[in-house]
Amino acid sequence: MNGKKVLKQKTNNGPNRLIRDIRFNPSAYILVAVVLAYYITFHYLPMYGVIIAFKDFSPGLGIMGSEWVGLEHFKLFFGSDYAWRVIRNTLQISFYTLIWGFPAPIMLALLINEVRHIGFKKIVQTFSYLPHFISTVVICGMLVDFCSRDGLFSIMFGIHDNLLTLPQHFKTIFVASGIWESMGWNTIIYLAALTGIDTSLYEAAKIDGAGRLRQTLSVTIPGIMPTIVTLFILQIGRVMNVGFEKIILLYNPLTYETADVISSFVYRKGLIEFNYGYSTAVGLFNSVINFSMVIFANRLSRKVNETSLW
Amino acid sequence: MRQSKGERIFSVFNAVILTAIVIVCFYPIYYVLISSISDSSQLAAYSGFRYKPVGFSLEAYKQVFKNPSILNSYKNTMVYVSVGTAVNMLMTCIASYVLTLKKLVINRFLNKLIIFTMFFSGGMIPLFLLVKNMGLLDSMWALILPVAINTFNMLIMKTSFEGIPESLMESARVDGATDLRILFQIVLPLSKPILATMVLYYGVANWNSWFNAMVYLRTRALYPVQLILREILVTSNALSLSGDVSGDIIDISKSVQYATIIVVTLPILLIYPFLQKYFVKGMTAGAVKG
Repeated sequence: MNGKKVLKQKTNNGPNRLIRDIRFNPSAYILVAVVLAYYITFHYLPMYGVIIAFKDFSPGLGIMGSEWVGLEHFKLFFGSDYAWRVIRNTLQISFYTLIWGFPAPIMLALLINEVRHIGFKKIVQTFSYLPHFISTVVICGMLVDFCSRDGLFSIMFGIHDNLLTLPQHFKTIFVASGIWESMGWNTIIYLAALTGIDTSLYEAAKIDGAGRLRQTLSVTIPGIMPTIVTLFILQIGRVMNVGFEKIILLYNPLTYETADVISSFVYRKGLIEFNYGYSTAVGLFNSVINFSMVIFANRLSRKVNETSLW
Repeated sequence: MRQSKGERIFSVFNAVILTAIVIVCFYPIYYVLISSISDSSQLAAYSGFRYKPVGFSLEAYKQVFKNPSILNSYKNTMVYVSVGTAVNMLMTCIASYVLTLKKLVINRFLNKLIIFTMFFSGGMIPLFLLVKNMGLLDSMWALILPVAINTFNMLIMKTSFEGIPESLMESARVDGATDLRILFQIVLPLSKPILATMVLYYGVANWNSWFNAMVYLRTRALYPVQLILREILVTSNALSLSGDVSGDIIDISKSVQYATIIVVTLPILLIYPFLQKYFVKGMTAGAVKG
């Protein structure tokens, strides 16, 4: 009896449990190996590569052979004018996107929800989702054309110049086109939330004499408030995370002052100017901030809502 | 239930606003479409709003289909999209299935490992150096392998797989089936809607992708169509400083530019209305989860 107990203890610790599990489920662990191989190769190996941020990296010498420079790159970045410029632009673009872009899908969803005619509703939805599927290159191509000297927008706004060379307009063009792209698609989540509202609440409100507007204020909006708050918090978590694809297609040296964000700066320094260590350092700074913001946002969401990402 | 006067006014007001939004969403593409079948010599005279083609000419399209760079890149894109999406689906299905196997000891660790990658990454340069060191530069695989699994999509699929009754898989296991067989013969056949959704998500993403191609591909003959489009539309304008515009792309007339946009976007525009419900379903599935 005692011998049996000892045997069980011996084989129940971590690594042994794992080995036993692998023997029990060989085919499953083959699949696990495939998945692990992918994530380790393309996600975790590059994470090891951030060590370049602390080195004076030269491709010829490799990571190990390159000289250690500690925080030099970081000091250089934060000491330069660039740091303030790109951080400011990133924050401003995120801020404008939040102020203008966040309410838009909510209001659109509320309006769509009020449509009684099913055919019209479907048409509105179909057309409003469409911009989401158009590629970034095509969208920027259209923007370049519309903003050109005698293009659609230049004529519309009476500015006789190439709009994309004027730094003061870049953020507007960028944020407005971003809203055009995503407003329709982002209504999907809100429309889904709207269907989750208990219809008896509307009945009760009507009995109390509430008109449509009152119903919207007292039943609809509170009903989707958890969704709104969650998404808002997540959006705040992404405030230092402006994607570079559209930026680098639209910006040019004339508009760097207002258009250059952290991610486009990282791209330019690294893959265009081959300043590998410096670029990785700035990228690392950005990743760490983004990561912290997500954790913070999630904690906040959990507190406010009892819902979280995990 | 009769509507009050106020409600009727609101309905009209609502319809007007929504129609305006529909027009705003659609007009840019409509503008490009009618400009592409316009006579290019007359186009320059008619700047500003257009409601119908200016003259009529299919010359632009003829030029598009004669251009070797464009045709070649279109062929490339077809290859990248088919192979890429196949790899995406295979890897994602495997990963999703594996994560549903709660009984595996390694499952919790695997979950954390994967989710962490959604929030932190090594960055552009380390990934670039890795791909370079693997010898994948200037090959199709640099466009496919690093992005084989989109974790967000994978989690949606995992949630969907978890809806399949455990008993079905248990009985198969009792009969001696390996997990691979269970995946292919039980789980996948029962998951057709979510598979269709993911094929569409990955397919569209692959079709529209251009940045990885720009970074990893050196040979122009390997360029996908979005990259050639970028040359035509964005860099052939005097704005950009990058000098990789080739001879047969400079000096492309406006209507040909428009025609190229239509040719590149048309596949998406065509399949989209018919498959809209699948696209939407994926989003709502994700919304329910998170």
